[in-house]
Amino acid sequence: MYTLKNVTKQYPGKGRQVTALNDVTLDIPDGQLVAIQGPTGGGKSTLLQMLGALDRPTSGTVELEGSSLGRLADRRLTGIRGKEIGFVFQGFNLIPTLTALENVETALVPLGIPAAQRRERALKALESVGLADRGDHRPAELSGGQQQRVAIARALVKEPDVLLADEPTGNLDEETRDEIMDLLEGLWRDRGLTLVIVTHDSAVARRAQRRLHIKQGKVKEVA
Amino acid sequence: MFATYLRRELLGRRRQTIIIAIGMALAIALVIIVNSVAAGVKNAQAQVLQSVYGVGTDVTITKPVSAPKAGSTGAEGPRFDFGAGSGSDSGNGSRTVDSSHLSVGFGTSTMSDSALTKAEQTTGVAGASAALSLQDTSFKGTLPDFSRLRDDQPDNGQGSTQPNSGASNGGSNGGGSDGAGGSSFQVNSFSVLGIVPGGKPVGPVASTALAKGRTLASSDKGDDVAVLDASYAKSKSLSVGDSISIGGTDFKVVGTVKPTGSDSATASNVYIPLDVAQKLSSETGKLSTIYVTARSASDVDSLKTALQKTLPGYTVSTQADLASSVSGSLGSASQLVANLGTWLSVIVLAAAFLIAILFTISGVTRRTREFGTLKAIGWSNRRIVGQVAGESVVQGVLGGVAGIVIGLIGVLVVNVISPTLTGGVSRGGVGGALADGARRAFGGGGATSTGSTGGGGGFAARFGGGFGGALTGARSGAGSAAAQADLSAPVTVWIIVIAVGLAVLGGLLAGAIGGWRASRLRPAEALRSVQ
Repeated sequence: MYTLKNVTKQYPGKGRQVTALNDVTLDIPDGQLVAIQGPTGGGKSTLLQMLGALDRPTSGTVELEGSSLGRLADRRLTGIRGKEIGFVFQGFNLIPTLTALENVETALVPLGIPAAQRRERALKALESVGLADRGDHRPAELSGGQQQRVAIARALVKEPDVLLADEPTGNLDEETRDEIMDLLEGLWRDRGLTLVIVTHDSAVARRAQRRLHIKQGKVKEVA
Repeated sequence: MFATYLRRELLGRRRQTIIIAIGMALAIALVIIVNSVAAGVKNAQAQVLQSVYGVGTDVTITKPVSAPKAGSTGAEGPRFDFGAGSGSDSGNGSRTVDSSHLSVGFGTSTMSDSALTKAEQTTGVAGASAALSLQDTSFKGTLPDFSRLRDDQPDNGQGSTQPNSGASNGGSNGGGSDGAGGSSFQVNSFSVLGIVPGGKPVGPVASTALAKGRTLASSDKGDDVAVLDASYAKSKSLSVGDSISIGGTDFKVVGTVKPTGSDSATASNVYIPLDVAQKLSSETGKLSTIYVTARSASDVDSLKTALQKTLPGYTVSTQADLASSVSGSLGSASQLVANLGTWLSVIVLAAAFLIAILFTISGVTRRTREFGTLKAIGWSNRRIVGQVAGESVVQGVLGGVAGIVIGLIGVLVVNVISPTLTGGVSRGGVGGALADGARRAFGGGGATSTGSTGGGGGFAARFGGGFGGALTGARSGAGSAAAQADLSAPVTVWIIVIAVGLAVLGGLLAGAIGGWRASRLRPAEALRSVQ
């Protein structure tokens, strides 16, 4: 699925360049569940953004199914994000003014799907995360766990190949964390997704097939 | 999704929507009110100008007034000289005098009628007519028995120059208001307009309508016939068939005219044939104003230039030039609308735009994570800019609609109150300003008179050896005319279109700036900045 070769990412910092990723070479095969751990500021989120076609490497190449993301035009990257990659964020990132159902629908907008079909698919996605009866609720009317379920439904409604989750359980209590992890794992297994989870939580990381540790921009496999 | 998202955003962020809409509404309402009041004031000005200059007059030509030389009749105004034997004996030795003058109104200047021929021959002139504006001033009173006055003061040599009227010289002279040798004088004046009889109604005549009798016909040339302003005729108890003394000659009243507008009186008290007016006032071949109709309304400015070339030294004024000479409350209203109103609308509009832009930018900044997320899930920049711009435009339009409602209510209030504006026009356009100055410089009353009947002037009598009484200052407000117009503020479709256009423009401007900010957000940075 992903092939990263000598990927370096630098940001302009205070007076000097900050190296977030330092010469990372990595392969992520199709259908793998990968957990990325590491200290804050170690480069976890930067790596996830490279994988999610949200940012370009300073040097090196990030290939997704053979196409080099760093070389594609913004419009193409937008297209790839809209079609092939699902995102789940720590802070849920739902649109506060839209209902749960409408939030899920936003993911189908870039695909140009007609409204009725969009609604139908969004409803199904909400069903698959156990929130069929909460479609007309605003995010503020839902619990943290429910909001994350809506976010997962939004990420999966377009049936992507890859799901990238950035601290998906970071804002949740242990019980809800386990529920969300059960849900993600189930979906991963059922749909044959490639699932990359960035986490601080070893309990979450332990559920992955493969664990990576990233510190000062360097990636190491954890046995 | 666009509409749903837009609706949810506007309802969800109600406070922001309301503030932007209120700002826009106030601005749009102000634009509508100022615009329609300005149109109303313009109409009122046109109405005032029409009553003075006439409908269909595009250009007026006058001769600028030059400051009269000291000692000339122009400087001293109408003058009455009475010798000791003037007037008729009233029986007790005092003498009754009655004299009247028909002369060019103070503050107006005359020109040769060759100017009319030249004007008519100028390219672009469809028609031209002329009028001679005159003032009839009459002096009526009783002079004391002058021979007794002299006898009583034998020591005074060859004629006294003392300014006493003789009233203090005992009760035996008779005459005067107290019958004891005093004097009483009546000074009266009215305006007379010499017009081409039977000619095309241009100039002031064009805004009059026949009330009774008939108007002047071309057969009236050379005849002593007059048409009176209806309200003037009423005030003097004159009617068709009566006679009126003008410049010492009796004229037969053949008709009365009333104003076509809402004014109370027409431009002049009396209308007589031009040739008769010229002869009586000893102004043969002279005119005071030429009224020109342009061949095409759009060529008025070029016609003005052509006339200025043909008639150098003359004052050529278009309706637009004349509008600036409208004074009084109408002039003030026009100034207020032009200055305060326009600037206020511009400032409020700019403030409303600024509020909309600042709120949109702050909204975009607050929604950084939202837009970052949308970009992350595949929304294109164009879609996000469209969403932001759409929200702003709808906020602007909501404000615009509210503004139109408020504005129409405001206009309705203006129309219900319908304030009456009084407009004074210095006759002779630019020359009028000079006349004003001249009036001030040479004294004399009545210059501020708002009615065209004028008023009696200052009075000074000098008693010399031969009792040469010199009367100065019996001037009226011949140089000015006034009219009233009710202010009604019309609302045109264009004002509404402009208002909606401004509201959309404000929304687009705010949306474009906000959208530009949103499009510059890089998704990775947008997400990083909040995590």
